[in-house]
Amino acid sequence: MSGRWVQGPRWGLLLALLLALGELPRARGVEEEPGGAHGETQGFQVVTFKWHHVQDPYIIALWILVASLAKIGFHLSHKVTSVVPESALLIVLGLVLGGIVLAADHIASFSLTPTVFFFYLLPPIVLDAGYFMPNRLFFGNLGTILLYAVIGTVWNAATTGLSLYGVFLSGLMGDLNIGLLDFLLFGSLIAAVDPVAVLAVFEEVHVNEVLFIIVFGESLLNDAVTVVLYNVFESFVTLGGDKVTGVDCVKGVVSFFVVSLGGTLVGIVFAFLLSLVTRFTKHVRIIEPGFVFVLSYLSYLTSEMLSLSAILAITFCGICCQKYVKANISEQSATTVRYTMKMLASGAETIIFMFLGISAVDPLIWKWNTAFVLLTLLFISVYRAIGVILQTWILNRYRMVQLEIIDQVVMSYGGLRGAVAYALVVLLDENKVKEKNLFVSTTIIVIFFTVIFQGLTIKPLVQWLKVKRSEQRDPKLNEKLHGRAFDHILSAIEDISGQIGHNYLRDKWSNFDRKFLSKILMRRSAQKSRDRILNVFHELNLKDAISYVAEGERRGSLAFIRSPSTDNMVNVDFSTPRPSTVEASVSYLLRENVSAVRLDMQSLEQRRQSIRDAEDMITHHTLQQYLYKPRQEYKHLYSRHGLTADEDEKQDTEIFHRTMRKRLESFKSAKLGINPHKKAAKLLKRERAQKRRNSSIPNGKLPMVSSLQDFTIKEKDLELSDTEEAPNYDAEMSGGIEFLANIAQDTATDSPSGIDNPAFSPEESPGILSGVPPWLCPGEAVVPSQRARLQIPNSPGNFHRLAPFRLSGKSVDSFLLADGPEEQPHAAPPESTHM
Amino acid sequence: MGAAHSASEEVRELEGKTGFSSDQIEQLHRRFKQLSGDQPTIRNLRKGSSGLADEINFEDFLTIMSYFRPIDTTMDEEQVQLCRKEKLRFLFHMYDSDSDGRITLEEYRNVVEELLSGNPHIEKESARSIADGAMMEAASVCVGQMEPDQVYEGITFDDFLKLSHHPWSSWARVAEEQESWALELVVWHWVWWPECPLGPWPG
Repeated sequence: MSGRWVQGPRWGLLLALLLALGELPRARGVEEEPGGAHGETQGFQVVTFKWHHVQDPYIIALWILVASLAKIGFHLSHKVTSVVPESALLIVLGLVLGGIVLAADHIASFSLTPTVFFFYLLPPIVLDAGYFMPNRLFFGNLGTILLYAVIGTVWNAATTGLSLYGVFLSGLMGDLNIGLLDFLLFGSLIAAVDPVAVLAVFEEVHVNEVLFIIVFGESLLNDAVTVVLYNVFESFVTLGGDKVTGVDCVKGVVSFFVVSLGGTLVGIVFAFLLSLVTRFTKHVRIIEPGFVFVLSYLSYLTSEMLSLSAILAITFCGICCQKYVKANISEQSATTVRYTMKMLASGAETIIFMFLGISAVDPLIWKWNTAFVLLTLLFISVYRAIGVILQTWILNRYRMVQLEIIDQVVMSYGGLRGAVAYALVVLLDENKVKEKNLFVSTTIIVIFFTVIFQGLTIKPLVQWLKVKRSEQRDPKLNEKLHGRAFDHILSAIEDISGQIGHNYLRDKWSNFDRKFLSKILMRRSAQKSRDRILNVFHELNLKDAISYVAEGERRGSLAFIRSPSTDNMVNVDFSTPRPSTVEASVSYLLRENVSAVRLDMQSLEQRRQSIRDAEDMITHHTLQQYLYKPRQEYKHLYSRHGLTADEDEKQDTEIFHRTMRKRLESFKSAKLGINPHKKAAKLLKRERAQKRRNSSIPNGKLPMVSSLQDFTIKEKDLELSDTEEAPNYDAEMSGGIEFLANIAQDTATDSPSGIDNPAFSPEESPGILSGVPPWLCPGEAVVPSQRARLQIPNSPGNFHRLAPFRLSGKSVDSFLLADGPEEQPHAAPPESTHM
Repeated sequence: MGAAHSASEEVRELEGKTGFSSDQIEQLHRRFKQLSGDQPTIRNLRKGSSGLADEINFEDFLTIMSYFRPIDTTMDEEQVQLCRKEKLRFLFHMYDSDSDGRITLEEYRNVVEELLSGNPHIEKESARSIADGAMMEAASVCVGQMEPDQVYEGITFDDFLKLSHHPWSSWARVAEEQESWALELVVWHWVWWPECPLGPWPG
């Protein structure tokens, strides 16, 4: 640990020196600039050293590199990061680097300028917060959040400013050139809880969601209050205390509503635009993620331009667009957006804290006044606590989930101040606010105190108070279903009892959303598949698939699948070995990221290659069958505009169908009181519907390789004979025809190039049910035994071509459908059309 | 005078039974009259649904409503548990349409189908397979490893409780959250906006 600490400064020193070198010329660089050309009379030079040419971007890149490397450094030791929050470490690092530069150079190196902060560093963080906001939780607690954000911030600003003024009048601070309005101005900028700091600290603490959303929501929404208070008092200071009239105060109140509602409105308008745009990006998937960033950034800039609350704008842009954007963009784009956003936000946060540290190392800004600094610290803590307690007392009369004493303590203690306050204080005009430096240095002290000291102690505090923690848990289907049922029941009850509550409003909203908004803002395929229950269902299915392979890996190889002794291929049933038992495997790593329901086939593949040749064929087979083999090896095409061949989509589809069957098969023990014949009949019906589909979409099959062609014919024959055998199903066949209609329509409207949600396709159930599980076909031997399927001869050469053939010799299987389109990646595979 | 007296007696009795305050009862009574068109009972609006009561009077109405009352903060742990269990039992009965003490697959499927019926794009079959999946999940939680020939007949109330307390599924938490939201703003709303226009009562 100590070694690392020695190392850290070492390279930090190098870089800092480099930066200092860069800084030197730049400080005087302006007049040197024209002189840079005077060496060029010597004729052509092979190599020239053009530092000035690249200076600015170079330095920026270096700083980012330093910050990122520092992050790596911190995380080398788990001990440090588990105790000290990263933000605190970064501030200390910034102080050290700033100190080095100062020592080497005797000038302050860099400081966090408000322009950089507000235009480049803050938006990604806030956008990230909005885009990944748990909407239900947020709106469920909106009243509470708003109260804390508005009343709480005003309270903090007023009390802090007035108390400081009171103490100033008593003469404790000595001789300062400050009036009441200056104090109020200072109070208003120091009052606001900072979203960046709160996020940075609370993300590591893992308090329960309600507590988190209240503190965090407050820190986001209080921006409007801060902006207005700041502007109002700044203009009052400019005017001079005696010229402020009552009209100005009223104007201030009005401007609060304009700024906050206006900012929100701008955000919502841009969210609407963004959703609408992503609806039509089907053919430009590659720039799809860009829209998300550009349009939300525009919302920020627009409201900044209109002098509305920019933070509110971008927050609400993220909050409102997330549902539609996530539904519209392809799964790859969604991942891109997610990671890019996280990367930008995390990077910005890193830079902010480091620069806060660096900015503090500047002898010019420091003006110390012990009483002022200490009293500020005291007042903001005390008044925050008092404010929280008062407001909670009011809120608890109306809240059902009471905020307890412990929660209040954490909320008071979690009132961290951060870079917003710093940027605002730096923005002050020294001519108007005479004691700007005192304010700046006090703000820095306050930030450092809250971020470092409170950040350090909040974790032990939370543990000591036994605050309810949030737990990471897997979604459960039952949970979602019951949750949905409760929603409906409760909104009905609210309707009956004649009150307008959350549930009633939410119900109305979701109706409105479904009837109008979704129709406008979502592409048609997404409209179908957007349903939380389906999503959970899909996730669970994917997990089953993963745990299936994991189970294989745990047993050492995938050979167990072909092992004849086990007879059926379903010997890994998912009810018993729950995923938690197989922690060591690849799939565990995959599963860690619950929200990312994507299988990294590459890693699976690498793992697979270690298995010896003898098993390889079988493995191949297995993967083909259960996980769909990645075929990326021979895909070396480069295209800037398109990601070729969406293997993942097919894999998802494939896995989905596999696991659906698995689920059904392992369901065998639960016949659940249904007449098995009835069920079998239903299955047959579905099967038939699907067959009909197969045969009647010839273009889905035409381009297939010849080995499959004869199979197709065979299959048709099979189907014909089937229909003849059972003409009494004709009535039920109409379902199949409906399917056809659907497909024809769907293929026309949407290409398969985007999996928005593999959980749903109109055909999913036939796909699942098509392989009739043996036990459901009593004695008719429609399906060959699993072993028989496996023992159909194959040649390794065209192995995966044969797989569907072999497997579906008798019963039609969904591979064929899933496999078919792969030859013609741009046609619509019926199975995956609406994945 | 006498009538008023007996009315307040009645109210007090109802108060004791349901735990509503007299103000709330009065408000609910107003609402009840509004819904029933000044009749003493509300008739069942769904035609031909067997097994359901044909009409309910005000006391039944109150009893149903009382299931959605938030849990009293003054109660001790045991009472809270009991109260919660009662609420869960009420919910259980909403699923268990033939009230034979278990939620069978068929019943579950009906529920899921109705839940998903809001989305016109989801077909019955998908709803079914989701219900199947959920049932399987329930079976794996409640029974654990099943023998090949074992049949899981349906979720009993005990299983229902088990589901709600199983560490995997924290829908106990969901349930709590939900029920606590239910009558959150009743008082607030009635104080400030007693004659609020409501959506049309289904009929």
